[in-house]
Amino acid sequence: MADIAIKPNTQIDLLNTTIDQPLVAGEPSYHMVTESVCRIVEDKPTKLWFALLAVTSSVMMVLFVMLGYLVATGIGVWGNNIPVAWAWDITNFVWWIGIGHAGTLISAILFLLRQRWRTAINRAAEAMTLFAVACAAIYPVFHTGRPWRAVYWLLPYPNTMQMWLNFRSPLEWDVFAVSTYGTVSLLFWYVGLLPDLATIRDRATGLRKQIYGFFSLGWRGSAHHWKHYELAYMVLAGLSTPLVLSVHSIVSFDFAVSILPGWHTTIFPPYFVAGAVFSGFGMVLTLLIITRKALNIEHLITLKHIDYMCKVMLATSMIVGYSYATEYFIAWYGAVNGEQFAFFNRLTGPFWWATWSMIFCNVVAPLPLWWASVRSNIAVVFVITIFVNIGMWFERFVIISISLHRDFLPSSWDYFRPTYVDVLTYIGSIGLFLTLYLMFIKFVPMIAIAEVKGAIAQDIEKGAHH
Amino acid sequence: MATAHTEDRAMVPADAQGKPFAVATTFYSTTDLVDAIRAVRKKGYRKLDAHTPFPVHGIDEAMGEKRSKLGYVIAACGIAGILVAQGLQYWTAAVDYPLIIGGKPFYAVEFSIPITFELMVLLASFAAVFGMLAFNGLPRFNHPVFNYSHYARATDDGFVLVVERDGNHFEPTAIVELLNELGGDNTEIVHEDA
Repeated sequence: MADIAIKPNTQIDLLNTTIDQPLVAGEPSYHMVTESVCRIVEDKPTKLWFALLAVTSSVMMVLFVMLGYLVATGIGVWGNNIPVAWAWDITNFVWWIGIGHAGTLISAILFLLRQRWRTAINRAAEAMTLFAVACAAIYPVFHTGRPWRAVYWLLPYPNTMQMWLNFRSPLEWDVFAVSTYGTVSLLFWYVGLLPDLATIRDRATGLRKQIYGFFSLGWRGSAHHWKHYELAYMVLAGLSTPLVLSVHSIVSFDFAVSILPGWHTTIFPPYFVAGAVFSGFGMVLTLLIITRKALNIEHLITLKHIDYMCKVMLATSMIVGYSYATEYFIAWYGAVNGEQFAFFNRLTGPFWWATWSMIFCNVVAPLPLWWASVRSNIAVVFVITIFVNIGMWFERFVIISISLHRDFLPSSWDYFRPTYVDVLTYIGSIGLFLTLYLMFIKFVPMIAIAEVKGAIAQDIEKGAHH
Repeated sequence: MATAHTEDRAMVPADAQGKPFAVATTFYSTTDLVDAIRAVRKKGYRKLDAHTPFPVHGIDEAMGEKRSKLGYVIAACGIAGILVAQGLQYWTAAVDYPLIIGGKPFYAVEFSIPITFELMVLLASFAAVFGMLAFNGLPRFNHPVFNYSHYARATDDGFVLVVERDGNHFEPTAIVELLNELGGDNTEIVHEDA
């Protein structure tokens, strides 16, 4: 990548940037990277930030009120009932967990594949993973109705009933998968943060220095530190790669291991993982497009990054579309009545609008991304990512609720309607997610400073050989 | 020697600063740092450390650092995770409280795989992170190198080379001269107490 060599004093014109620009645009000196990233944390919060925080935290409060209402009353306040015993709650759970997949994919898999462009976006994507997993965990936990009484069948500890978990159930695997994923993602994120927190510590004074000093654990950037650090980081990336693939596979087992038509299928693990990556990149793009503009870091998160993320989104959209086609083909070709009916019912039954929204948002809407000119048009990309976010929610709703509402026994068929508690809980969880994200960009370096500097150093070394 | 001190440092009584800990200097490119490390080692100084904003390619080789042994700890913990998961699933479901659920066997390799995998990853990740901190002696909030007046560059854009005291034999002035010759900036004798 010789074209990334330093171009001194080039002030990039943001309107004329093309996707051929380097990973770090402008004049990539180490100090410039420190300055542009730390500035976001060190500057006084703007009025816009406070205004946004006021909105998102108010929405977050709606979540807490709804959860309090649910605990005080019972899960009957949700629209779930037989036959649709899993509805918005599990749809939201799978949706959020899926969104949480882009972070680890970017930080782990792209790290192992030596995709250096990840350095500018991995920190924010990892943070989104953590927040999405936190939002996801709310739903199954509160679906138990009395979470504090659910502990004995969720976690293995010797309890007074002397009973143990049912390890034969995919739901139990899910508890382990999601909690492991959340924990390992947190560790991975924090390890990546250590050197950058030290950078902020060394620029700060007074109480700030104490706080960032505490969280940087006394990191000194010593050669001995880096030696163990680099190994630990690589191993974490290596462990996270199969982990991220396992999480959504295990989530899909929740469905695939049952015998319900529409759920009982072997295609689910890869289909779910592709969908998760698709929705994760959708959400990362949605937020980063706003963030880079709002924080003036368009020289760090460049059009090139957006272009690459669009390509991943397009590829996974193709996989998702192919999976839909396969599902329908197998339903027809398999010649099992229940299966054939389930898929016919998806397309033409009472929830036809959900299925067709899903197909439009996930398969048709991303198609313009085949054109490079579309991928470099921020406004169009933004609209497409919104379609992806919506489409992937519908995908989970289609799989979960439509499969349940008409099963083998026509006498138990029913239509599902969410209650206002369902709707407000969902909206509230978006408030929680955005509140955490706003706090993150203000208090934590949102771009991996040390990694970006490492990428610049590689370019300087390579430039010297040319 | 005194000229290497900054103004405020010079005002502190010499006995309050404790023993000299090391001589520190700053370079502004990775190649300068690695070249300097090689040169200093050639002169016979062995107790070196470098503080850099990011991992510098080739520095371990120049400093004669051995490969990290952290991998063995991680592997051991990963294997422990596998054993714990297998033991937990077998003992609770097939020994301590066997319960027939859905006519499935009390224990089978197939359904034990997901939890085995997750616990392997979990314990190995704990080992990677906490092992890395333990090997690095972190958290440690005070360290003499923080007394170097230009230390802050080491997490920004400077590459700080530190020649530490090795036993009682320590001639800081000679090292200051050597580091200045090698092109080091802000060369300074760093004491154990600020």
